[in-house]
Amino acid sequence: MLDKFIKGLHRTREAFKSRFDFLFGNKEINQEFFDELEEILLTADVGVETTAKIIDSLGKRLREAKIRERSPAREILKELLVEILEADHKTGLSLAPAPPTVFLILGVNGVGKTTTIAKMAYRFTREGKKVLLAAGDTFRAAAIEQLDEWSGVVGAGIIKHQSGGDPSAVMYDAVSAAVARNVDILICDTAGRLHTKTNLLEEIKKIYRVINKSLQDAPHEILLVLDATTGQNAVAQARYFQEAVPISGLILTKLDGTARGGIVIAVKDLTGIPLKLVGVGEKKEDLQAFNASEFIEALLS
Amino acid sequence: MLFSSLSEKLQETFRRLKGKGKLTEKDVDLALREVRLALLEADVNYKVVKNFISLLKERTLGTEVLKSLTPGQQVVKIVYEELVRLMGETQSKLAPLDNPPRALMMVGLQGSGKTTTAAKLASLLQKNGYRPLLVAADVYRPAAIRQLEVLGKETGIAVFSMGKDDPVKIALQALKEAEREGNDYVILDTAGRLHINKELMAELSSLKEKIKPLEILLVVDAMTGQDAVNAAQAFHEQLGLTGVILTKLDGDTRGGAALSVRAVTNCPIKFVGVGEKIDAFEPFYPDRMASRILGMGDMLSLIEKAQQVVDEEKSRALEKKLRGQSLTLEDFLEQLQQVKQMGPLENLLEMIPGFNKAAKQFKNISLDEKQLVRSEAIISSMTKKERLQPEIINSSRRRRIAMGSGTTVQDVNRLLKQFDQMKKILKQVGSLEKGKIKHRGIFPF
Repeated sequence: MLDKFIKGLHRTREAFKSRFDFLFGNKEINQEFFDELEEILLTADVGVETTAKIIDSLGKRLREAKIRERSPAREILKELLVEILEADHKTGLSLAPAPPTVFLILGVNGVGKTTTIAKMAYRFTREGKKVLLAAGDTFRAAAIEQLDEWSGVVGAGIIKHQSGGDPSAVMYDAVSAAVARNVDILICDTAGRLHTKTNLLEEIKKIYRVINKSLQDAPHEILLVLDATTGQNAVAQARYFQEAVPISGLILTKLDGTARGGIVIAVKDLTGIPLKLVGVGEKKEDLQAFNASEFIEALLS
Repeated sequence: MLFSSLSEKLQETFRRLKGKGKLTEKDVDLALREVRLALLEADVNYKVVKNFISLLKERTLGTEVLKSLTPGQQVVKIVYEELVRLMGETQSKLAPLDNPPRALMMVGLQGSGKTTTAAKLASLLQKNGYRPLLVAADVYRPAAIRQLEVLGKETGIAVFSMGKDDPVKIALQALKEAEREGNDYVILDTAGRLHINKELMAELSSLKEKIKPLEILLVVDAMTGQDAVNAAQAFHEQLGLTGVILTKLDGDTRGGAALSVRAVTNCPIKFVGVGEKIDAFEPFYPDRMASRILGMGDMLSLIEKAQQVVDEEKSRALEKKLRGQSLTLEDFLEQLQQVKQMGPLENLLEMIPGFNKAAKQFKNISLDEKQLVRSEAIISSMTKKERLQPEIINSSRRRRIAMGSGTTVQDVNRLLKQFDQMKKILKQVGSLEKGKIKHRGIFPF
């Protein structure tokens, strides 16, 4: 029984290759079309709820525009998805009117927070900005060393305490140092934490309070890092973190793999948090500003 | 908690089915539609779901269901059986150790938790009387070697490292070292890599070739979505995996990746990581997982967990009380004290059949550490009689208890209210359970 099952799986996989031509070829729009579209969205991790919504609105728009052919439907679908991702137009990083700008980076374990911070720092140092990193992951073994190594590579300063120390104290020192040293950008690393651990969410709230008290209007962005391979749990992650602190944007990492990262559509749809940056590789320059139209193009092809 | 929503959904569907005498094809389709959505929401791969559903339909539409007396139960049985089958039927252990030292290769994508898992596995082996050697073969990620060294120090397990050298050379040297030092298992922490990175995948192939590992274990993040199948399949095709380790199961992910990975690789899931501490590492039990998916609870895990901190008799008595609603503040105190060692009460409750919903309500009665200490102090300041009959606690008694425990009357009130709520929830669940006994069948639905 299991063998048969696995064989079936291979067959469907092979069939998948020619699917897109089929979906948007010169044929009429019927139930089959919507079924295929559902499959494309679900397999990109868009999720059951948001997929249903997208298919509903697409159907409505197609009826309104009296479109019966598949080829023009593609553009309408693309428009619709870009609209979801770009609603509110808050996709760029906001900087403080006067330096330093403080970015606080959060996320569950293993999504790539530290590497992302290094890439962000590299972007800013290359622009000639003075960048400082706060080694706020005092929990994971060697996390401080990891950030320290990166700081040397990308040419940023670093404020660090001993492993096991209080991350809020690191943040306090980092903000003070950023002000004293006329730093342009301060990027704060935090330990990976599952969103279900109440005490760790309390710790994040404290970190936020300490930064906010040390510098008015800081942090200027609180960015949640999501792994593109993550499934529906990312929505729960966004919701729990959002409850603790005002998350202002998402960073989607590991888009260089085979995962299409459709989960950000669900997260935007269900929590309103916009995607701002995407990680597309392991090198320090592999971080890009998010472009909704390109992203959707890749998701659908 | 893993799969909790999925089990709720299935339970709901099957509750609807239960009322029916016979199932029509339409009923089956309706039920399977729910199963399908639930599995998709749980991140089981689309194609895995599709195949699973058609397999289920084939079986449920056969005569066995339509002619059986309790079709609802029959559907549950089929779904359960197929899930167990899909996840590997029996608990799977490490391959027997012949000619030590032998290597265990940990492989996976970046951030799946290989380094932590390597240390956890080594620690478990050490506890079982083996002499593992950890090998730092991740020469790419900054400070990965250092991370393993720190973990080795914490656990008292030897770590072999040669800095940023060739991983194959490191592994071969490590095996020699293990031979000299009398180590049996040599656990290789390899660098995280994308399954589509040809160069790095080739590096793993040559590592495999040279060291002939006893096992190649794929470390998979339980929160992985649809892509789990692609990565697992690629690793399996290139390396021939012997097993899977699922990490980060302590979150609230439904963990559909477990089903997907198993389906595409046909490799058993051998262990699961359930927390950040080194000992948060357990064997994977497919049957228990399937039970949990179906809301049949995880009584075995609960009892095993309780046994680690309390003796068997006590845990049996506690379970009886939880079910029988005869919970007193005395038990509550004992529970609070054990909670610290066992993990949160809500997790324990989720393991009991039918308690999934109740456990959700407990989340509102957040049991954080400080509150635990306070609650303990309050109950300790009560007389034995007050603990057994909380209804006699009037305002003067409340004041005395507050004074005695260094808390306020409000704190005492809050605790009593919490306890009351808890009893109410247990009562609801308890009566549900009783209702089930009436339609006694193979499964408690």
